[in-house]
Amino acid sequence: MTEYFNEMFHAGQVRAPYGRLQDWMAAMPAELRQMKQAEAEELFRRIGITFAVYGEGGDPDRLIPFDMFPRVFTAREWARLDRGIRQRAQALNAFLADVYGRGEIVRAGRIPADLVYKNAAYEKAVAGFVPPKGVYSHIVGIDLVRTGPEDFFVLEDNCRTPSGVSYMLENREIMMRMFPDIFRENRIEPVDRYPDLLRRTLASVAPAKCNRDPNIVILTPGHFNSAYYEHSFLADLMGVELVEGQDLFVEGEFVFMRTTEGPRRVDVIYRRIDDDFIDPLCFRPDSMLGVPGLMDVYRSGGVSICSAPGAGVADDKAVYTYVPEMIRFYLGEEPILQNVPTWQCAKGDDLKYVLENLGELVVKEVHGSGGYGMLVGPKSTRDQIESFRARVAANPGNYIAQPTLALSASPTFVEEGVAPRHVDLRPYCLVGERIELVPGGLTRVALTEGSLVVNSSQGGGVKDTWVLAE
Amino acid sequence: MKLTVEHVTRYTWDVPVRGVVQSHRLTPAVFEGQRVLDWEVTVSDGIRGGRFRDGSGTQIQSWAVQGPVSEVVVSVKGRVETQDLAGVLRGHRESLSPLVWLRDTAPTRADVALHKLAQSVEAPDPLNLAHGLAAAVAEAIAYQPGVTTARTTAAEALSLGAGVCQDHAHALISVARLRDLPARYVNGYLQATDDGSPHEAMHAWAEIWIESLGWVGFDAANRCCPDERYIRLGCGYDAPDAAPIRGIARSMGREDMDVRVQVGSAQQ
Repeated sequence: MTEYFNEMFHAGQVRAPYGRLQDWMAAMPAELRQMKQAEAEELFRRIGITFAVYGEGGDPDRLIPFDMFPRVFTAREWARLDRGIRQRAQALNAFLADVYGRGEIVRAGRIPADLVYKNAAYEKAVAGFVPPKGVYSHIVGIDLVRTGPEDFFVLEDNCRTPSGVSYMLENREIMMRMFPDIFRENRIEPVDRYPDLLRRTLASVAPAKCNRDPNIVILTPGHFNSAYYEHSFLADLMGVELVEGQDLFVEGEFVFMRTTEGPRRVDVIYRRIDDDFIDPLCFRPDSMLGVPGLMDVYRSGGVSICSAPGAGVADDKAVYTYVPEMIRFYLGEEPILQNVPTWQCAKGDDLKYVLENLGELVVKEVHGSGGYGMLVGPKSTRDQIESFRARVAANPGNYIAQPTLALSASPTFVEEGVAPRHVDLRPYCLVGERIELVPGGLTRVALTEGSLVVNSSQGGGVKDTWVLAE
Repeated sequence: MKLTVEHVTRYTWDVPVRGVVQSHRLTPAVFEGQRVLDWEVTVSDGIRGGRFRDGSGTQIQSWAVQGPVSEVVVSVKGRVETQDLAGVLRGHRESLSPLVWLRDTAPTRADVALHKLAQSVEAPDPLNLAHGLAAAVAEAIAYQPGVTTARTTAAEALSLGAGVCQDHAHALISVARLRDLPARYVNGYLQATDDGSPHEAMHAWAEIWIESLGWVGFDAANRCCPDERYIRLGCGYDAPDAAPIRGIARSMGREDMDVRVQVGSAQQ
């Protein structure tokens, strides 16, 4: 891949948002940079932020490399992303409310019925139930890539429990501590309102039976989970309790939390546990992580669960293809952010094209995540391509394919100094009574030269993401 | 017909449990084929929890019992007036798309033999196909208690060639789904003996979606469609999903369960 958009140097010039950073970069000799890098790593270690992003597994104590070179957006660039992300989060929620209700979009023939109702992520147990404010996905993580000055694409949506937001907050915190001067020289939009906005969002979807200041908790699978740090970090910042399934119990029409002062009613649960595990009475009977009877309380309006069980049907990779259609159908608008063109191997013509062009395409499993179970054609050997061909041919419905995008690159500190490395972006959109979005998100960077895989399990790092004020 | 039901489920533990949570699907469905005259479910020392109707029209009521207890008794007592609708579930309110019921689950997953059985039936239309499949299942699996357990799958029951109503229902659901007919598992009561003497279990059958009629019940175990001798409760993908009582006890001990069901016709 030779042609890509360099976010700092374009058409022989330094792009405006990076203007002040060029001086900053030039004024940093190698020794100072190494010292600062060591300092940053020490800070990360001390606060214990070592989990793998996006549930990628791997060594939970491994530190994800932090790159000190910020990734910068102008106010104008962000204004468009902001509108596009909000639009998408709204449409995804409208879709969920619809398919668990009357299914108008299916009746209208705008999305195939099979794709929705036969989808493994479609949850029969919540059909017909309307969660508070009609919201299913309260935290929508939208993965974006850039291919040109004005060209952004949505790579995928995450409607369940997208992780990584603690990196967004910590990266900023650490940058401000280490380089207070550049925060004085640049007018950077703050992101530190996120925990407060998250708390307000959760409070705004308290159930009808709650007639007081709602008691919010974060439900974690426990300390062995790779994102446990993030769970406790967010609980701390929001001032809410972090609980495990065994700390909660169902009695009568409500859920209670065991405390030293006796049982305390819980109104809103921000769960970081998958649907399958949240209630052994409703889903997997062998789950020890959840709360028996929770789903009955939820469905009779005694507690709110965020995200709502069943929200996963909106972020399925085959359903993804129809998000632009959702935006037109529910909002009567044209999508502001484009989808990556996607071939669905379930369709005969698409499958034929994909099998003929495997070497040029990125092929993904419909339910896969974390960069596993995928083929990056241009980066694969003939053997890898052939073995993937057999897998796709055997079960076409399980695969989609996309062109290999020339991801933009952002300047990154490397051994030899500063060099461009490919990046993506995950902003976190909050949906409750209102839709909220802090300006920024998590930038992941592929630290290996030429690599397009930003997943931390495969050599990816993270960066602070700046949105400049007008 | 007026049917009376007495259904007692007794859970006992050798070591007292710290607490029990249950989710019940023990309320008669609301449709034209049956009308509840009176119906009461009680749980010993139970605290009544949330109650709602899910997307399949099944009414769900949850209960909690605070421990320590070593016995919990769930009693169902009621009278229902029924009529014969030839198995058609007329006037039943539900919001789920029938397509949801095409998904297979572990107990209904097909093997080669089930595929063969499904393809052995030829019929001019979906209704006759459903009747044909029910007859084929009844032929292939003899009614014989004690051969299978609550965990037996459709494929296992077919290979044994024997089973009880749960196995017939699972096998019928499996073959119906293979023929692209949405199908589901239904729990209920059947007045099987004229003298109303006790059974050891509730009854179960399958429902199959026929575009022109809606949901139609098929009781392959008895080679018939549900009539006025049947009371329909709730439904699910399979027996575990539709279970009339799902429960979890916080306990280290051994659980025993004893069930008594008595269905009779009321004196006019």
